[in-house]
Amino acid sequence: MEIRMMLNGINRTAEVKPDTVLFDLLRDLGCASVKCGCETSACGLCTVLLDDRPVLSCSVLAVRADGKKIDTLEGLQEEAASFVGFIADQGAEQCGFCNPGFVMNTIALLRENPDPTDEEIRQYLAGNLCRCSGYEGQTRGIRAYLTAKKEGLV
Amino acid sequence: MLTIDKYLRPATLEEAYQAAQQKNSVVLGGMLWLRLGKKRVSTAIDLSDLGLDYITETDACWKIGAYTSLRALETHEGLNRMTNNGFRNAFGAIVGVQFRNLATAGGSIFGRYGFSDVLTLCLALDASVELHHAGVLSLEAFCDQGIRGDILKEIRIPKSPVRVSYQAQRNTATDFPVLNVCAVLRDDRIHITVGARPLRAVPLRFAVEPGADPEELASRLADTAAEETVFGSNTRASAQYRKHLCRVLVRRAVREVLSGKEEI
Amino acid sequence: MNKELKSVGKGVRKKDAMQLLLGKPAYVQDVTPDDCLVVKVLRCPHANAEIKEIQCSIAKKVPGVAAIFTYEDVPQKRFTMAGQTYPEPSPYDRLILDRHLRFVGDAVAIVAAETEEAADKALRLIKVQYEILPAVLDFHEAMDNPTLVHPEDTWKALCDVGADNRRNLCARGMESDGDVDAVMEDCDISFTRTFHTRAVHQAMMETFRTYTEIDHYGRLHVVSSTQIVFHARRILAHALDIPKSKIHVEKPRIGGGFGAKQTLVAEIYPAFVTWKTGRAARMIYSRRECQIAGSPRHEMEVTVRIGADRNGKIRALDVHTLSNTGAYGEHGPTTVGLSGHKSIPLYTGSLEAFRFGYDVVYTNVESAGAYRGYGATQGIFAVESVVNELAAMLDMDPVQLRLQNMVREGQIMPAYYNEPASACALDRCMLRCAEAFGWAQKYPVRHMPDGKIRSAGVAMAMQGSGISGVDVGSAAVKLNDDGFYVLRIGAADMGTGCDTILAQMTAECMDCSVDDVIVFGADSDASPYDSGSYASSTTYVTGRAVEKACLELKEKICTVAAEMLNCTPGELVFEGREVRRADNTVSVSLEDIATKSMCGNTVALEAVSSHSSPISPPPFMAGMVEIELDPETGTVEVLNYTAIVDCGTVVNPNLARIQTEGGLVQGIGMTLTENIQYHADGHMTENSFLQYKIPTRLETGRMHVEFTPSYEESGPFGAKSIGEIVINTPAPAIVHALYRATGTWYRELPVLPEQLAMDLAKKDGSR
Repeated sequence: MEIRMMLNGINRTAEVKPDTVLFDLLRDLGCASVKCGCETSACGLCTVLLDDRPVLSCSVLAVRADGKKIDTLEGLQEEAASFVGFIADQGAEQCGFCNPGFVMNTIALLRENPDPTDEEIRQYLAGNLCRCSGYEGQTRGIRAYLTAKKEGLV
Repeated sequence: MLTIDKYLRPATLEEAYQAAQQKNSVVLGGMLWLRLGKKRVSTAIDLSDLGLDYITETDACWKIGAYTSLRALETHEGLNRMTNNGFRNAFGAIVGVQFRNLATAGGSIFGRYGFSDVLTLCLALDASVELHHAGVLSLEAFCDQGIRGDILKEIRIPKSPVRVSYQAQRNTATDFPVLNVCAVLRDDRIHITVGARPLRAVPLRFAVEPGADPEELASRLADTAAEETVFGSNTRASAQYRKHLCRVLVRRAVREVLSGKEEI
Repeated sequence: MNKELKSVGKGVRKKDAMQLLLGKPAYVQDVTPDDCLVVKVLRCPHANAEIKEIQCSIAKKVPGVAAIFTYEDVPQKRFTMAGQTYPEPSPYDRLILDRHLRFVGDAVAIVAAETEEAADKALRLIKVQYEILPAVLDFHEAMDNPTLVHPEDTWKALCDVGADNRRNLCARGMESDGDVDAVMEDCDISFTRTFHTRAVHQAMMETFRTYTEIDHYGRLHVVSSTQIVFHARRILAHALDIPKSKIHVEKPRIGGGFGAKQTLVAEIYPAFVTWKTGRAARMIYSRRECQIAGSPRHEMEVTVRIGADRNGKIRALDVHTLSNTGAYGEHGPTTVGLSGHKSIPLYTGSLEAFRFGYDVVYTNVESAGAYRGYGATQGIFAVESVVNELAAMLDMDPVQLRLQNMVREGQIMPAYYNEPASACALDRCMLRCAEAFGWAQKYPVRHMPDGKIRSAGVAMAMQGSGISGVDVGSAAVKLNDDGFYVLRIGAADMGTGCDTILAQMTAECMDCSVDDVIVFGADSDASPYDSGSYASSTTYVTGRAVEKACLELKEKICTVAAEMLNCTPGELVFEGREVRRADNTVSVSLEDIATKSMCGNTVALEAVSSHSSPISPPPFMAGMVEIELDPETGTVEVLNYTAIVDCGTVVNPNLARIQTEGGLVQGIGMTLTENIQYHADGHMTENSFLQYKIPTRLETGRMHVEFTPSYEESGPFGAKSIGEIVINTPAPAIVHALYRATGTWYRELPVLPEQLAMDLAKKDGSR
């Protein structure tokens, strides 16, 4: 089956099977940022934006992306770069394997709620697992970014 | 691993209904649990083109399209206002935002999953469902009958002043519930559902006598609910613990709905 | 030690941070070609079975299947997958594929196919007839059980670790100092308690994965997510029975390790496929495989007898550990040692005698391996809990009790191979912890208006810094054009940041900026030999090698500069960007020296140094936790965790803090949420992230981390280690807080809400 989608701002067509999962398609199309950490919709590593909403790409049939807009971290480098330096300043990226999913969901959070409280950050990102950082460094990084933004520093 | 031979995106409910009559066909919901099974699906029926993603209101009820995401319900102002944040409380702990953006109201209801938070809340709210073939019937009847092969179109939540308390116990913050309880106070009736037993949610109905002592009533209903409900064991919890929790959560839920009674 | 440090001690960004945060290709699956064979393993559905017959002919006919291998195809020399220095203490009890399958998940056959679909189809079509054997699933019943996990004659132990496959023993030992029984007899109070911890999983986000190909020299090129490139080369050579010179192992970025990747869990399967077929191959473990056939923590039962005086002097500790190594012996003989060696010495301050004995047994469950803490975690949970119970019995403040008995700087620790506590700020850690946490306010149990209970608990911990007299760390430092340096290492950065902290040390030594140091590693062909990143060794051991290499390189730079300045090297001073004569008459820039080194030069401006330490100086820490218990539901919320760590000089405070926070959360998970259960037939229940619940960010509570450094003379810039110790305090501290809230000591982990609620309900009922 042929599908058409807007992937990272570019119109793409792809040939998929009825049971091809969006995650596999995206990796085949060169989006190496998209990672898989489980097979049970439980870790958040494969988060991408589907029509601007964060979803688990491991749980979406590729055919369902037909006619939709898909964004992966490859396409949102600038938006990500605006805040991830603050996470690097905490050392909270650590192994980095969960980073793309976490960054994608943070982008979704900040678009939806540009000034979240720490508790709102934790709630929104609860579906993003990380085994290295203990999470708090990630929250501190986002908080530092929000503070810098308020002070007009970014 | 899930394999799908054919993917169908029908243009009408009738087309979807006909396709659903075929052996090994499946109507797709959010696809979150479906893919966990080692299943071979002949036709996967995607209702995305049927305009089933909506939340609208009439004088009598809220209408929720089957393809409405749990996230949309969780963040819906009107539904939360009517249920004093029942939707937010019931759905906010389900895995994560990315999961809830995919999971659909219809998928959760139609699957009649034992662990469902959606079912527990909607049963307590006296919801009804509209099926393409069978028409409108109460959610309770739908659960009992275990209808297969029909297409769930819409869920309806009656619009009447209610107080809602949703209580769930989870081993971790975003895990499946070990037990969930929803109490709804409407006029002089309390409607309680107990779900994740781990069997499917069951509803219980009680009358509230005028002048009843809230604390005494909460304890009495908690005892009754714990005694009248059947509990099972699984890897997450034993039947005994669930029975204990039932008492605790029903008491808390009833207390909460009664404490806000004057606000109705 | 008073010299002002410019790079060491600074919270610089990790060198790879931005690339990782922006999702650039960095890991095995990203940097190796997709056009390779997909390797999958058929897993045994029985806990103990023998293959009677295996039929692959139909499966081989599936289009796209390149090869299927069974036990008949593999070399018959046994080996161990444990990444340890040769000769490994872990017994040689493995074949690549064995006719005898020893746990649910054991490898039955290897399938290599062009696509994942073809591989999956072939897996379904392999027909195996098993003779199902009785299984040993309970580790209490393993020793001298008539059912032997390893009855084979070809089983062998290279080291004298007390192993005996005829008794299901992977290791056994006993050591002591003083007359424990006599001292116990003389104590006012003594009691014995037994603790049980499960085979919890590292659950690193990137599962095991390896790519293999034959390179242009006809060698086996292995790109793997591993902590141990050199051990991997040796183990693969043993397993494949080929010369080590035929193998080249490198690691790209690693998506977390925590010890899991100190065992060769995935490597052997694609390596075998490539060696046999000549074709590139890749194996990516599913999360399920990671759970059921990974390398988790050793399940342990630790029995502690403590003897003390009425005034709180802890006089004797007698620890016995029963450890479950599972179906194979990886890290079995060594992890168990830490359960005593890293717990008993905490009380060196007062101990008159100790005894430590252990049995490590084989059973028919998943083979265990190395997980952060490596046995210390289990031992410290037991000993620290017993000390907390002693404090309760004596009605003493547990902080005071510890201050009265703890190891102090300068003491010799008989229970730690008689090594000295050469740098130890444990006393200061404990005092500062009590202050920062607010122990005086939080220790009293508080009943909240909503019926919840708040309480607090305390524990302390130690670990090591490398393996004394065994671990080797090496560094090669080279001067390049423009005066930048390349640091080559064999240590493996698995996200922890060792590339960066070793660059910080290089920058400190060479008086340059951290950006002027490029780090390369780890690669078995190109890196200088390093045991690998485990046992909290990299900062302490490899860091020292960096210092030594830099010292040597500076001398070489001065030699070239002397030629350029027509003087002797002895007259010169190295000043980072330039070398000048001490009398300030002339100087030459580093850039010019670098340029000169590439023209008509005979002195290599590169230095390689190795380091090994006869001692393993322990880091120390104190941890305090405040919890809130809902007594009706049993829900435990961690509110606050304060950790004060003495890791010696803190090389990078940001990374050390994150290490601490990450370790604490893993410890919280082990205590409250992460369960491992087996069905009666040996199947594991928690075989996915749906069932195995690692903490989310809603379970961590607020963490407060500080450092109270001592100065370790034998470490680089006074540093010790940080990686492992941080996982050790949550279990005893939380269990202590639970006792305070409930009156019950929980000695089996995890402590789940059900147990707490039902125990409290029972108490309520009996009142």
